[in-house]
Order: sequence, then structure tokens, then C-alpha cells
Amino acid sequence: MTTPFEPARGYRLNPAVALRPEPFGALAYHFGNRRLSFLKAPELVDLVRGLGSHHCVSDALAAVPDGRRDAYLRALASLAAADMIVPQQPRSEVA
Amino acid sequence: MTIASGQTAAAERVPALVEQFKGGLAAPICLTWEWTYACNLSCLHCLSSSGRRDPGELTTEQMRSVIDELQAMQVFYVNVGGGEPTVRPDFWELLDYAVACGVGVKFSTNGLRLDAERARRLAATDYVDVQVSLDGATADVNDAVRGDGSYAMALRAMQNLAEAGFENFKISVVMTRHNVPQLDEFAALADRFGAQLRITRLRPSGRGADVWPELHPTDSQQREIYSWLTDHGDQVLTGDSFFHLNALGGSPLPGLNLCGAGRVVCLIDPVGDVYACPFAIHDAFKAGTVRAPGGFARVWRSAPLFAELRTETSGGACRSCSEYSACQGGCMAAKFFTGLPLDGPDPECVKGHGASALAAVGGAPPRTETDHSHRGREVPLGMPSVRVPAKVRVPAKLCDSSPLAGTA
Repeated sequence: MTTPFEPARGYRLNPAVALRPEPFGALAYHFGNRRLSFLKAPELVDLVRGLGSHHCVSDALAAVPDGRRDAYLRALASLAAADMIVPQQPRSEVA
Repeated sequence: MTIASGQTAAAERVPALVEQFKGGLAAPICLTWEWTYACNLSCLHCLSSSGRRDPGELTTEQMRSVIDELQAMQVFYVNVGGGEPTVRPDFWELLDYAVACGVGVKFSTNGLRLDAERARRLAATDYVDVQVSLDGATADVNDAVRGDGSYAMALRAMQNLAEAGFENFKISVVMTRHNVPQLDEFAALADRFGAQLRITRLRPSGRGADVWPELHPTDSQQREIYSWLTDHGDQVLTGDSFFHLNALGGSPLPGLNLCGAGRVVCLIDPVGDVYACPFAIHDAFKAGTVRAPGGFARVWRSAPLFAELRTETSGGACRSCSEYSACQGGCMAAKFFTGLPLDGPDPECVKGHGASALAAVGGAPPRTETDHSHRGREVPLGMPSVRVPAKVRVPAKLCDSSPLAGTA
């Protein structure tokens, strides 16, 4: 079960997920549930790779141009729903 | 498959994923790798004309180095087939090696080696999936195509997998004129074993060319498959093989709706030759070999054939059809092995263009050149017995004996 996506929290690439660079961006493969996702922009790939070094998602999005922020937020939400990115520290009530 | 994309204003819009796929990927998503031409069965419709082992099949060491290469290319899983892959004496060793390298294996089997003990070991192995082939929900329908006793063998394997707690293994069915009425029975069978149903299209490839005219679904059965998939599609896998049915309109079937040959799909055959797709074992679709310098990666990245397949197709005679965007002209292999031009309609075009095109085909269609069929063995039950013309058979080889000889 994944918890709802919360941009105020820190996220990181799921250690069970590998990113394969592709001309359009990257292919994400989840070794646990064997799902494939497609990251359709190189900037999104950089964002996802660097997610773990920011204390919250909003902070990670700070460098993204205003016009694109909402789109990337939606992309991250769908990656979270697919368990491709996970919260950095599960809350005690979740664990 | 989920798509995570970032698009807002039209100026930032990136092309649809399917458009991106047309240009090819850094590595295949769906790689079929046939590990041997040897098989204990002689299925009438075998798309690789399997039966006897080829003396030139890759050695254990060569297989391992291909696995290393797939790992380096980040090919996350392979579909292993044959032949019956489990008759390779090193099958389990290679399976374990691939899994240890992070290359997941989904292997197709007729059930031959899946006894209770093996099923338990597979259930305990992460990152392995099993696909049991079954072409009839009843023994009479299945054995007419796959041979006497093959239904019982498959069901025994399925029983063993279920008892071992192997959840969600696949039951893989090639749809024929005789089993389309059994779709609900197949689904019930899958439920009974805690398995997932996978149905795919009968292709006129390999020995399938001999039986395709009699076995491929009728027009009304094609509509039946389409509407059944529309109702059950979320629980059933299809390997994207029915996208030609999207021209029937209504809601498109889930999947890429694209011929993936050389773009997201390819085949490595047992001797290491690389083909554009598992249904196209023919020189016209051979891109190279993993044995050449640069190995598989070089073939995938640089083969002129793949470069050609990654360009936009003209659509040819289909371009003026209102449904072209829905079916994309259908399956390349189905056209090729029925003698149709590749830029024309699919032989099973639901608009009826295939039937008229087939009627206009002059001469014999091309055939798979590599034939490893058991000699003199047919599955005559309930079907017109069909023999491959003697002239296209390969000469006797050293290993022309039962692939099971000498193995436990």
C-alpha cells in the first residue's frame, strides 16, 4: 500500500527501482512489483534522481520553471502512486 | 504500464509515448530469447518450427555472456522460450544466473519438467515467472493441436505450481478457430489455479503457416475475441497481439497499438541470431548475431534492418483507410508469411481488405528457412494432417534424435 502523495514530505527514488536512460527520458523498472513506468522528459529524470537530496518535494521543485511545476508535481504523484518514489522516512503510524 | 509525464502548455508538449517508441529504445523492453529448438512436442502451429536441437546452439558460457550483456544494457527481464527451454541440461543453472544478474525470466513451457519439487523451488525464486502453454480448455481441443497427452502434462504442471503457492503464473493460449468458444472456460481454468490468462494471436509463422488457413479465427470469432477482451481486458494479458482488432472501433484494447518489431521487441534465437520479432524467423528479418563483435548491443543499436524498422512506415495501401490509425496496418509477420506486402493490409484485416489481398497473392508465400521439426511426426488428431514439403527440410544433423535422450 502506498500512502497519499504529500509534496511537503521528502521523497526518494525507491531503491527497488532502476532508471534506464532513453531518448525520451527514462524507463523506470520496479524490481518488486515488476511494473514499468516512463519518465517522458529528461528534466523529470534529473528531478527524480535528485529527489532524495531535498528535504521535501516542494524544495526539489524550486528550481523548476513556474510553468512546468504543476506538471512535474502530477508526474511525481503518479510515480508515488506506482511506488516508484517513496517517502524518505516512513511515519511511525504508517510503519 | 503507467505513464508519468510532464506536459502543460502546447509548447512544452512532448510527442505521445507511442510516437517515441517508433524511433526505438536504448534496449528492448520485450526481448524474447529462445534457448533451444529442441522440444518434446510437435505442435502443429509452432512458430519456430521446433523439434530437434540445433548443433550450433549457444553454449552455457555463451549464454552467460549474453546474460551479462543484457544486465549491462538494463534489460530487466526476458521472455524465454524455445522449443521447450527446460530440456536444456543447463536450463536451471542459466535461470539462476540470470536472476542473480537482475535479469528476470519469464519462461514458456509445456509443463514437461514442472514436477512438485521443481514447482516448489520456482515458487521460492524471486523474479521468475512461468507461462504454461495450453491451446484448449479441454483435452480434445488442446491435444488436437499440441499432441496427445499434452493437456494432461500442462494441467499437472499447473496443479504443481498452484500447490507450491506460485501465484499468478500465466496460462498462455494461442487463439484458434477451435478454442475461441472456450474463452470463458480458459478464464475459469486460470481462476481455478490462481493463474492469469494470456491469450495471443495465431501467426502463420514456422509450422503455423501450414495450419493457419484452417485454424485462424473466423471474422465473427475475431469480433468475439475483441468484445471478450473489451469485457475482460483488465484481467487478461495479450502481449499486445490483437491490436489489429482495434479497427473494429469502440474502445481500443489496452496496449501500445504498435508493431514493436525492432523498436521495443526482438528475438534472439537458440543459435544466437537476432530477429526483429519472435514471429519473424526469416532471413528478411534477421538483424545479426550475438556472436559477432559488439554482441547483442551492437545488433540492437546499429543493425541496418532495425534502423529501417524504426523509421515511419508509409502505410501503403492502408493509408487511405479510415481505421489506419487504429490498427497501423496490423502484424508484419502475419503479412509476410501469407505473402502479402508489408505496407498493405493484415491478412486478418477486420475491414475485409486482407481477404481480397490474400486472394490476389500469386505463388507460394515465403517460409521460415530454419526448420527443426521432428521428422515424420505430426499431430493428426482431429485436424487434417499436414506435412511440411520435403524440399524445405534441413538435411540430417548429428543431433537428430530425441532432445530428451540421456536426460532424466
